Amino acid sequence: MADTLEWDSGAFLREVERRSGTPVSACFQCHKCSTGCPIGPEMDLLSSQVMRLIHLGAEREVLESNTIWLCASCAACTTRCPMQIDIARVMDALRMMAVERKVALPDARGEQFNRSFLRSVRRHGRVYELGMMIAYKLRSRDLLADADKAPKMLAKRKLSLLPKRSGSAGEVREVFRQAEKEERQR
Amino acid sequence: MRYAFFPGCSLESTAWDFDRSARAVCRTLGIELEDLPDWVCCGSTPAHTSNASLAVALPIVNLLKAQTMGHPVLTACASCYARLRTANHIIRHEPEERDRMRRITGQPYDGSVEVRHLLDVLVNDVGVAALRAKVRRPLRGMRVACYYGCLLTRPPDIVAFENAEHPTSMDDLLAAAGAEPVEWPFKTECCGAAMSITHPEVVSRLGHKLLSMARQAGAECVAVACPLCETNLDLRQGDARKNHDELPETPILYVTQLLGLALGLSPEELGLDALIVSAAPLLAALAEGGIGVATSRGNTR
Repeated sequence: MADTLEWDSGAFLREVERRSGTPVSACFQCHKCSTGCPIGPEMDLLSSQVMRLIHLGAEREVLESNTIWLCASCAACTTRCPMQIDIARVMDALRMMAVERKVALPDARGEQFNRSFLRSVRRHGRVYELGMMIAYKLRSRDLLADADKAPKMLAKRKLSLLPKRSGSAGEVREVFRQAEKEERQR
Repeated sequence: MRYAFFPGCSLESTAWDFDRSARAVCRTLGIELEDLPDWVCCGSTPAHTSNASLAVALPIVNLLKAQTMGHPVLTACASCYARLRTANHIIRHEPEERDRMRRITGQPYDGSVEVRHLLDVLVNDVGVAALRAKVRRPLRGMRVACYYGCLLTRPPDIVAFENAEHPTSMDDLLAAAGAEPVEWPFKTECCGAAMSITHPEVVSRLGHKLLSMARQAGAECVAVACPLCETNLDLRQGDARKNHDELPETPILYVTQLLGLALGLSPEELGLDALIVSAAPLLAALAEGGIGVATSRGNTR
């Protein structure tokens, strides 16, 4: 983290609040979110630290943290926040902002998984798990991890060899097109 | 009791046994399921972490289909449940998003289609007493840890059929089926969910923590109601054992598989062969007249 922070007169805080629809400025650092976070040990910033850094306008520190990509969206923080801040939704908004601003991601696996998953949904209207997993492995170049899992899953009929297409796949493609258009204007 | 059934992607692949056992249990208990025709993926975590519009629009495509059918939606997957409920919540509370969704889907939607989770329907519509009356093979002596995970109970203003910190629906249903649910503190701790693929090392740490605690509380098996909880605790149990301390093999079953057994359904009808950690020793002990009878109470295995 940088030794000095640039003061941005609240612009970053206002943007995060608008994008997440939740009052980040209400955080008074009780640290309840960090205490209950199951992924805390792996994160470089705890969730309460992310809230504080948003107050301070430390955009780069927040958007380049691995925390926003390690959040499992379990919403324990959101549930327990005494100020009703939807912290899990803040993490979602921060991920989107990090991708839009093309910041250097400390760990690209989450973003690569998202792209592989959504590409599969866009194409078939549903997730074609085997195809999605192969796409993710190629993207992340992580070909050997979990090599023992696929045969087990195939033997248990947990992965089908062919996609199961939704009859509404065409409608889904149009929804993707429109949703992307809307996101560009946010 | 008639519902528009939304299986979701997992129930036709990694969780086909949840699909089979949920349908079998519903049939036995008189819950009529009519499949939502041409349903589409709810978008799950990849949508809500990368495109806020898509995360609401995909569930709405399904909810609009259910609206035409005129039945409430029933889903068994905890993630689909949370995404459909979240979409309704956003539509009801954020007028700007309601307009945006009309632009995306081309149709107006007011957030009024009811979305229920199977557990909610079992405990609140069927009821524990009616279930107990239909039990043919009580799960006598089976000590089970009921694991709810995150999305069935959180956030409470969105999902709202259970207590967010101390849920009991699964415990009540399995107790009615003759089992002995154990009291344990990690009922709603996260299993790592979608990080199963991207960060398996985190998932194996969390799985080990959960299973050690379930064992410490005296459980012989774990009941789940979410495809990701099942996969993370079952498929990744070997990794949890390898990367951390020793852990006895612990079968992870869908709550519908356990209820189905108690209702007299066969292992085939419940897809028990899909489990990675075999439930065979558990079933054998049950056939002998109860697990607690075969081994000493409280100090199982």
